[in-house]
Amino acid sequence: MSTPTASANRNVRLLRTLTGAWSWLFLLVILIIFEVWAWAVYGRSFIGNIRNVQSILLASTQILMMALGLTFVIISAGIDLSIGFIAGLSAVTMAVVIRALPEANPYLSFSLGITAGILVGIIPGLINGLMIARLNVPSFIGTLGMFGVTRGAAFLVAGGATVSIRNSVAREFGNGRVIFEAVPIPVLVAAVITLIFHYVLSSTKFGLYTYAMGGNFQAAVRAGVNTTRLTLSLYIISAFTAAMAGLFYTGRFSAGAADAGEPILLYAVAAVFIGGASLTGGSGTVVGTVIGSLIIAVIQFGLVFINMPPYIQFIAVGLVIIIAVLIDQSKDRLAGVLSEEKDTR
Amino acid sequence: MVAPLLSVRNVHKRFGGTYASRDVSLDLFPGEVLALAGDNGAGKSTLIKMISGVHQPDKGEISYAGMPISGKTPQEVRDLGIETIYQDLALADNLDVGINIFLGREKMRRALGLLPVLDRKLMRVEAEKALEHLGIVINDLSLPVRNLSGGQRQAIAISRAVYWQAKVLIMDEPTAALGVPEQREVKDLIMRLKKQGVGIIFISHNLTDIFDVSDRIVVLERGRKAGERMISDTDEEEVVRLMMGQEVSRK
Repeated sequence: MSTPTASANRNVRLLRTLTGAWSWLFLLVILIIFEVWAWAVYGRSFIGNIRNVQSILLASTQILMMALGLTFVIISAGIDLSIGFIAGLSAVTMAVVIRALPEANPYLSFSLGITAGILVGIIPGLINGLMIARLNVPSFIGTLGMFGVTRGAAFLVAGGATVSIRNSVAREFGNGRVIFEAVPIPVLVAAVITLIFHYVLSSTKFGLYTYAMGGNFQAAVRAGVNTTRLTLSLYIISAFTAAMAGLFYTGRFSAGAADAGEPILLYAVAAVFIGGASLTGGSGTVVGTVIGSLIIAVIQFGLVFINMPPYIQFIAVGLVIIIAVLIDQSKDRLAGVLSEEKDTR
Repeated sequence: MVAPLLSVRNVHKRFGGTYASRDVSLDLFPGEVLALAGDNGAGKSTLIKMISGVHQPDKGEISYAGMPISGKTPQEVRDLGIETIYQDLALADNLDVGINIFLGREKMRRALGLLPVLDRKLMRVEAEKALEHLGIVINDLSLPVRNLSGGQRQAIAISRAVYWQAKVLIMDEPTAALGVPEQREVKDLIMRLKKQGVGIIFISHNLTDIFDVSDRIVVLERGRKAGERMISDTDEEEVVRLMMGQEVSRK
């Protein structure tokens, strides 16, 4: 009786490993495709060029910052659609504050700018959390409402236009390079935040309860998890990383735009799902989301690199999202088939 | 005579105009399986929810090991050693066996001597011991429990309760969603728990299961206690008559 069960378990395991690794393989494959193209057409390397790598990392950082907090929310079986305009709201708040302060002390105005940007960005997250945790508003609807509210708020704060700034510290924050002038500062900051988030999600009770709540809400409640406080924290975290994305934007372009994060919202959602999360909650990882963000960034940059019309990238990313969902579903179906085999032992 | 582990004395509970519980009393002794039977709406759920602290009785007293437990929260009741295993099992399907047994009471270790991290390995090893203790074999404890069979999942829920030193187990329809071989496994498990001195309240619609594992049966009917019998003194026909609210003359 134990042998067929053991082999079925082994199959389930192997399957989990394979479907878990598909995003790595996919990333590898597209890198190889662009590399071959680069040598064949231009006679030089794609990934061997530090400038290309920096551009890809910068592009993926934009996506990753918004996707990090969203990963937590999606694992808990929620969704946060407001992050795009939370990023915009934080971007313009930072710019407006820096503009309002004297240029004589760029460090002070930069510090106050990012503090204001984060604090203002967290407010919608707090309201999202309260709506969802206390008033039982479905996250899709609640954060869709907040999408509208933050959109309006961002444009109001910006006065309807892009808010440009002149601040050397902010420019350095968005464009500087460290470690032998090789690593862009946003990439470094994002890497540190990513490591912390990976630790929290994979190794702490907070992370575990996030998975438990997404897997079976009642199980989490019965285990004594304070689901109200946890939910509240998750939407605040999501707003925080979105706000960080907004700050990077303002630093990078020396201007805050209300729609800074809007085009990235869908890419962030896609990165989380490509990284192995499921709409029903309970799965997903920080590492997966990093890979998902890299895949999208490589597609974006690579298509420009090989001189494709820019609109092709929308189609390509769209197709990758569909592939990710198909793989996620076949994973469940295959696991179901294998465990049925096991039951008929 | 042994003192009862759990004792329910004349509890009443009303929801609006209907009595969900009217003057119900029962005792549960260590190592005993007490079946709770009754039609839908007879007040089984209300009664176990009062014991587990989800509802408070309007009148009457519930005590555990001689101490009154009315007024305690579900968490406090569980900490005392009264565990309820619900039909939905309350397992997190996406997490592995070890984590499910320890959920809410995780074991931590320090990585590199400073950073607190979940000790998944220790929890898995402890879970394996807990399962072994009850004679349950699960090959791969690192799989999410969704990959396990209904009987194995039931066994995990029960092991969790026992691992945390439950003295009273309330099992709400533990065999309802299972196939026949798995029902047998769960019933075997109940017999083993009984030998270890755990008192079990067993709720079931299935009279065959009740007669297989129970020592005593309490039948509820529209909130009242319609009868209480030793299993050896009764038969299915009498229990059904009690459940229907028909007068039964004592044999």
